[in-house]
Amino acid sequence: MAKAKDALLDPLFNNNPIALQILGICSALAVTNKMSTALTMTVAVILVTACSNAAISAIRNHIPNSIRIIVQMTIIATLVIIIDQMLKAYLYEMSKALSVYVGLIITNCIVMGRAEAYAMKNPVGLSLLDGIGNGLGYGAVLLAVGFVRELFGSGKLFGFTILNTVNDGGWYVTNGLMLLAPSAFFLIGFIIWGLRTWKPELQE
Amino acid sequence: MSDYFMIFFNSVFIDNIALTFFLGMCTFIAVSKKVSTAIMLSAAVIAVELITVPVNNLLYTFLLKKGALAWAGYPNLDLSFLGLICYIGVIAAIVQILEMALDKYFPALYNALGIFLPLITVNCAILGAVLFMAERDYNVAESAVYGVGVGVGFGLAICFLAGIREKLVYSDVPKGLRGVGVTFIIVGLMAMSFKAFSGLQF
Repeated sequence: MAKAKDALLDPLFNNNPIALQILGICSALAVTNKMSTALTMTVAVILVTACSNAAISAIRNHIPNSIRIIVQMTIIATLVIIIDQMLKAYLYEMSKALSVYVGLIITNCIVMGRAEAYAMKNPVGLSLLDGIGNGLGYGAVLLAVGFVRELFGSGKLFGFTILNTVNDGGWYVTNGLMLLAPSAFFLIGFIIWGLRTWKPELQE
Repeated sequence: MSDYFMIFFNSVFIDNIALTFFLGMCTFIAVSKKVSTAIMLSAAVIAVELITVPVNNLLYTFLLKKGALAWAGYPNLDLSFLGLICYIGVIAAIVQILEMALDKYFPALYNALGIFLPLITVNCAILGAVLFMAERDYNVAESAVYGVGVGVGFGLAICFLAGIREKLVYSDVPKGLRGVGVTFIIVGLMAMSFKAFSGLQF
């Protein structure tokens, strides 16, 4: 039981994929200027990592070592295509907003990294939990960054007005930088700083 | 002609793949400790982009796009949902071929690039460039120019970052921020300076 709990909760803080292993930043930052896109992306990544971990773990004893990367890639790509098609069918606006970043989950190092490092060596149940855990760890950072960027960048959360902006006759002057690329880097830098000050054993 | 120049200039500066679209970040942060390795990596990325983007463009135009299979007698077939899996397969295959060709004909270059080539398969900058190419409907020549532009843009950014990080060794950074933390903040500042290009219009 302890092992299952570790597999699920360890990636959230102690071994966070974005802040500590520096994996999966590629597609993460661009989708965080709104909470709704960040949330959709989080759900998509959790589904892909969990399913790919479980599927790869289930066939891990049958995959020849020399072609394992291709096998993993095919499984991951199939899952991403399913997610992409589902988004296009049911949440078309959202899939337009995420543009190529859904497809880029394929090359998201978290998915590949967990398949290679965990699912190839552990049974199905644990791998599934590890996948969910890593997806959650990724999502936690994504949502934290998304929260700050949307709140201070446009005074809204999930599209609902929280801070009344000057343009709408309110008092809050929006911070345009928050909606642009650089702010995401600063925020992640600060998150890493905070996490490492809280847990000094993680410092480099 | 000016059309091609614009695509090139856009992809190097205004739409820099690393600093505006955040693609290839894992490699960007991990392989930017030394300028010499950064230059090697940029060379590999440019080569791979130059080949994969036009090849995937052909694949997209003649097999996957809606109505692309008209030459085979299936004018209504739309296979674009298979795009992702085809692109990644082509990228993996081309990287593999490039690796074998380099090993056979340019062993010195092969040894120097070594571990970077296989890593490029999972570099989002490559798949990202291919997906943008499909989204923007470039033709073959345009997509070749776009591929090189994206590669040069990525190379430029990673070499700058490596230069800054080499100097950074001498500075006194707060403990918790050392290593990756401060690198993110530097990348943020670089992204801000690249934003200055975004007002340019031709």
